[in-house]
Amino acid sequence: MSTSDVKLLGRCASPYVNRVQIALNVKSIKYEYLEENLSSKSSLLLNANPVKKKVPVLIHGNRSVSESLVIVQYIDEVWTSGPCILPSDSLDRAEARFWAAYIDDKWFPLATEFKLTRQEEKKLVVKQKIIEGLMLLEEVFVKCSKGKAYFGGDSIGYLDIVLGSFLSWLTAIELTSDVCFLDMTKTPVLVGWSDRFRSNDAVKNIVPGTEKVIELLNVYLKLSSTLKAYAYVFNQTI
Amino acid sequence: MAEVRLFRTFSSPFALRIVWALKLKSIEFDTVLEDFPHKSAELLKYNPVHKKVPVLVHNEKPISESLVILEYIEETWKETPLLPDDPAERATARFWAKFGDEKLLSSIFRSVLRKGIEQEEAKLEARRNLEYVEEQLQGKRFFGGETIGFLDLVLGWMANLISILEETSGQDIIKEEQFPVLSKWMKDFSEVPVIKESMPPRDKLISKFQAMQQA
Repeated sequence: MSTSDVKLLGRCASPYVNRVQIALNVKSIKYEYLEENLSSKSSLLLNANPVKKKVPVLIHGNRSVSESLVIVQYIDEVWTSGPCILPSDSLDRAEARFWAAYIDDKWFPLATEFKLTRQEEKKLVVKQKIIEGLMLLEEVFVKCSKGKAYFGGDSIGYLDIVLGSFLSWLTAIELTSDVCFLDMTKTPVLVGWSDRFRSNDAVKNIVPGTEKVIELLNVYLKLSSTLKAYAYVFNQTI
Repeated sequence: MAEVRLFRTFSSPFALRIVWALKLKSIEFDTVLEDFPHKSAELLKYNPVHKKVPVLVHNEKPISESLVILEYIEETWKETPLLPDDPAERATARFWAKFGDEKLLSSIFRSVLRKGIEQEEAKLEARRNLEYVEEQLQGKRFFGGETIGFLDLVLGWMANLISILEETSGQDIIKEEQFPVLSKWMKDFSEVPVIKESMPPRDKLISKFQAMQQA
């Protein structure tokens, strides 16, 4: 199959879609991007991901792959001539997968919880947990990077993609709530990494600017005044 | 100290899938049985982030999260492969594994343990999720084809726990006439020697879930 057979169904500014775009860029794969309107889903999306009806979906020839982390691993396994996304050692791979699950299932949901919580006391507790999570991830970075620029070493790897895709959203929440999570005094190494990640060639034209994300955040907040509604809107892009 | 140790509880379906994987690949291992809510110092040392089972310790290096452990086992011990070679088929197995844990298992448990409107919603969700999984199995004996594979191990908790949940809740979850393919799969899966010999004691599981039902 040629790389012209690669299509990505996505949604503007979705961090999960961004992951796939970054992975495709890391491997220098050309693809056609198709923007989905989530309130009126295309028949292509509904056929390719009939179970969850969500983006991102990668269509490669006659095959379709869903779920951002499943897609990134698929890309890594199919296009083996480009740089590796997952580490080659099986223990390092297990470590990367573990922390990817932590970021998606435990850490990032705290950020949406923070945004929606109204009570100040509860907000402070959640804020503390977000920062503690970042401090843990800083230790992971130091261990995985072995003194190099990224979690993946010299080049962007799996954890860079997983965590990095959330950076714009994290910054948007910081600015709109007047709070600091990624803090030079607590996680200096991650602050440096976040700048390098955002300016990396595979990333810089993909990850949306903060202003765009703030605009989207405000739209979501206007549309939904409850946690459930907000999560529904946000989860549309998983 | 054994090269491979598995920290588990008697009942954890997530830990049981690791037991199955290790046995299918003929990997010798020691079991460290945790007795929750008390957690051993070693477990807390090996899994400080989640403090849960299963944890696989291989040459003193710990790996946590059952799906991560399964992939590690698959990559480290190449005999009796659990995942297909083809990347698209592997992606399919991984997609359904995630679906199984995040959607199916959660909806089934909620459909028996919650009450009122939450329970009714969970029952509808569980039924829809089971229909998706039944469709995946059409024309196959196991999710892995002729022999069991990764997805069978991830969904295999059903062969063990569905009948127990039905007994303790008094509800039908998987009726044979509604889910004939899945029902047959549960029977065939349970009869695979490695699976059959590893099933946790039924009476202990019944007591545990009865207690959960009443809580």
